[in-house]
Amino acid sequence: MSLIVETDYGTPASHSDEQVTLTIDGRAVTVPAGTSIMRAAAEAGVEIPKLCATDSLEAFGSCRLCLVEIAGRGGTPASCTTPVAADMVVATRTERLQQIRRGVMELYLSDHPTGSADGDLQETANAVGLGEVRYGHEGANHLLEAKDESNPYFVFDPAKCIVCSRCVRACDEVQNTFALTIQGRGFASKVAAGALGDDFLSSECVSCGACVQACPTDALIEKSVIEQGRPERSVVTTCAYCGVGCSFKAEMRGEELVRMVPYKGGMANHGHSCVKGRFAWGYANHRERILKPMMRESIDQPWREVSWDVAIERVATEFKRLQQQHGRLAIGGITSSRCTNEETYLVQKLVRGGFGNNNVDTCARVCHSPTGYGLKTTFGTSAGTQDFDSVEQSDVILVIGANPTDAHPVFASRMKKRLRQGARLIVIDPRRIDLVRTPHVKADHHLALRPGTNAAVLNALAHVIVTEGLADEEFVRRFCDRDAYDYWAAFVADPKNSPETVSVISGVPAEAIREAARLYAGGGNAAIYYGLGVTEHSQGTTAVMGLANLAMATGNIGRPGVGVNPLRGQNNVQGSCDMGSFPHELTGYRHISDDAMRGSFEALWGRKLDAEPGLRIPNMFDAAVEGTFKGLYVQGEDILQSDPDTKHVAAALAAMECVVVQDLFLNETANYAHVFLPGSTFLEKDGTFTNAERRINRVRKVMDPKNGMADWEITLAISKAMGFEMHYGHPSEVMDEIARLTPTFAGVSFDLIDRLGSVQWPCNEKAPEGTPVMHIGGFVRGKGNFMVTEYVATDERTGPRFPLLLTTGRILSQYNVGAQTRRTDNVVWHHEDVLEIHPHDAEQRGVREGDWVRLESRISGTTLRARITDRVAPGVVYTTFHHPETQANVVTTEYSDWATNCPEYKVTAVQVSPSNGPSDWQREYEQQARHSRRIAKVAAE
Amino acid sequence: MSDDKLVMMANQIGKFFMPQRGADPVAAIADHLKKFWDPRMRAAIVAHLEKGGAGLDDSVRQAVRRLKEAGAHK
Repeated sequence: MSLIVETDYGTPASHSDEQVTLTIDGRAVTVPAGTSIMRAAAEAGVEIPKLCATDSLEAFGSCRLCLVEIAGRGGTPASCTTPVAADMVVATRTERLQQIRRGVMELYLSDHPTGSADGDLQETANAVGLGEVRYGHEGANHLLEAKDESNPYFVFDPAKCIVCSRCVRACDEVQNTFALTIQGRGFASKVAAGALGDDFLSSECVSCGACVQACPTDALIEKSVIEQGRPERSVVTTCAYCGVGCSFKAEMRGEELVRMVPYKGGMANHGHSCVKGRFAWGYANHRERILKPMMRESIDQPWREVSWDVAIERVATEFKRLQQQHGRLAIGGITSSRCTNEETYLVQKLVRGGFGNNNVDTCARVCHSPTGYGLKTTFGTSAGTQDFDSVEQSDVILVIGANPTDAHPVFASRMKKRLRQGARLIVIDPRRIDLVRTPHVKADHHLALRPGTNAAVLNALAHVIVTEGLADEEFVRRFCDRDAYDYWAAFVADPKNSPETVSVISGVPAEAIREAARLYAGGGNAAIYYGLGVTEHSQGTTAVMGLANLAMATGNIGRPGVGVNPLRGQNNVQGSCDMGSFPHELTGYRHISDDAMRGSFEALWGRKLDAEPGLRIPNMFDAAVEGTFKGLYVQGEDILQSDPDTKHVAAALAAMECVVVQDLFLNETANYAHVFLPGSTFLEKDGTFTNAERRINRVRKVMDPKNGMADWEITLAISKAMGFEMHYGHPSEVMDEIARLTPTFAGVSFDLIDRLGSVQWPCNEKAPEGTPVMHIGGFVRGKGNFMVTEYVATDERTGPRFPLLLTTGRILSQYNVGAQTRRTDNVVWHHEDVLEIHPHDAEQRGVREGDWVRLESRISGTTLRARITDRVAPGVVYTTFHHPETQANVVTTEYSDWATNCPEYKVTAVQVSPSNGPSDWQREYEQQARHSRRIAKVAAE
Repeated sequence: MSDDKLVMMANQIGKFFMPQRGADPVAAIADHLKKFWDPRMRAAIVAHLEKGGAGLDDSVRQAVRRLKEAGAHK
């Protein structure tokens, strides 16, 4: 396998319907109007030398290498900035042009370190026929300028820079952060990050890598390339971080990964990346990674390394014993959104077929389970409606309870680009997220609502739409259940749902709600993007339905540019839900009580399946504490750190007799485990991930599993030992089985994905190449179903003891519980969780910037440092949950969504007070964790 | 699983279904409990009802009674 080098057409594609035919170097070429001569030539196989042009950026015309001659026109125009015209006759390789190019190229190389012309620069020098540079280095030059090595992942060497602005433009046009600029004029011009005196690390640079990728001279280059050498081969695979699901080229040298480069052919990311996917993969080789199975009799003992056979046998023996002693329902399993579809499918199959119950759940329980319930009830399908490309046709974007620039940065860049093109923005969030005001983007409306009042505010928006006659009656008549609409319209029209009433509950001015509603309903194509700020509430499902109601009432569903789009937190949240991970559903969201459907699984698996729903994750914990749930197989999740009410989770785990953790590291949950099965990184996996747009992407094995056994093989081994043998030779065969059993996946296969690059479900006879946009011409359930979304205040209330509301979230550089990103250089941006507190609240408590503060709820407390900021409103505090030293979830409560038990992470009544440092509990926890992670030196066998 | 927690969860479900369109919200509550609650949770809420059902809203109480009558807690 060789290094994949994608064709660079020099300028972006034109999407004009009009075709233009011209002649380039004697060849007739037909391209869309608006195409540059450079791109037309490239499409015809004629390569014009270039340095400042690349097809991810608009033409710039600065390097003066891509000059051409056009018959009938004077001069030598730049082919990148000159559009094609009918009957134009272009010459790209005359002696005159080559002479000019050689002269220009020679000047570039005259101020470039001798012998270090790399990348495009050397190729271009060769292409123009430049042999030697006649000018010496004695004159003024930039060769001794200091490198900027501040960023942990890449270097900027100004000596190699030709000031072509590709990096600056990539930051502007692709990433949309505007962190870079050209400082100075003339000979003193140079690329600079941030303001005067900044370096890359201290600037606004978000380390997405777009500038490094764009640089034609290696002035910007990955440190890993400098250290390890140039890569030799590539494997296209899918990022294992957020739900955007970016495609990357894993570039290898021998068996070592040198760098991850975003793949232009990736339909989710189109060649862009963020700091996590691009750079934060070093955890794969981290010294703390466990590569051998381990077990112990009790959790106060040190771990002992054992063979795979011994570990698997122990798991099966213990699980069988627990079922004999405590009943069939006494054990269960948890699938992971960090694992592939195939791995997830196998875990739920093991539980249903091998354990003989439905006690299987997935971490989507604690994030997007309300999305599944809410969208299935209203639209008929438990998934988002659009592809990411859809945002390019949006006129109004409503972001609620999501922070895309931190949690879904690659999609956020596309969103910002669209906003800069003129789309309008409504943000509904208690916190002033970056999108509210960021360079060249400003929200038209920021409804900074009080945490816990989403449903009320959505009802108020609907009230305005209905009472001001802004509903799309024609859409409702054609595609929705009319009776349901009338009933709902009467409900939202009630004065109790008016903006004036809701403003008292939510703290959002009534007029702001009215203006936002008018914009959403009347501003053209309106798209909703939402995250866990919607779902992680006691009314999470209600709020999802509220969003669906808004989209249906205004006709913003069923075409590009509109829709209701959940931004999934982890890479395979959508897939883990699709694969039948929920205790009440088999694949494709079909209830386990459906006899005929269940029968098809029973026939293929050769096992009778339980028709009753199993325990959800929070129910498992309760049942464990109660003593009826005794054994758990957890694949790829750290429930102790990620789930709410940490002390309750710890009590549940401690009460179980056999906890089996399959993971890369001894995570927090493993502190309570009896068997540890080492897992594989995404680089070692074969399979598929499904992203937030229902896109099934291939995960391709870049290297063999370092632990000696693929994750799917581990599950198979447990299943066999439990007496339920499964037979697969490759993960593709698992997908074939999923396709056989699941109508929405009927057409999916590895072959199809390899052929198309990716495919969005439903993919079946009706849609053989998938479905980018859903509900076109009608809803999956038939008629769109409006649901009444009565606002019910959460039982979690502020009061004299706990007067503030805590809400939690993520930061760009860290991911979820931080198990991966904390083991990378990303810690330079975020090495601890901090508490954001408004200056007013801080002053009242005598808290200063950086002080230790105690954060306490009615459940428990922790300490962390304070950051004083008006990003949060008075009365609201905010933190992240990336670091186990903080354990933010020790504070969050047992309250949950009414339909799904998704925890109410986003609303916790708390008090904040000055503190001297980590609490006694934190010290005890750290001590217990260290004690639990001991590994005995001698093997057990 | 504590009765208080189950009662709170069941009442939350009731508060959603009561204002919904349809002739029988109690049936909708019972259906939700049947479809999404593990049998031991259903058995526990039925047992709580049999002990008097303290804290259960009226509609939820009726729904749990229907579960019991249908034998859906076994």
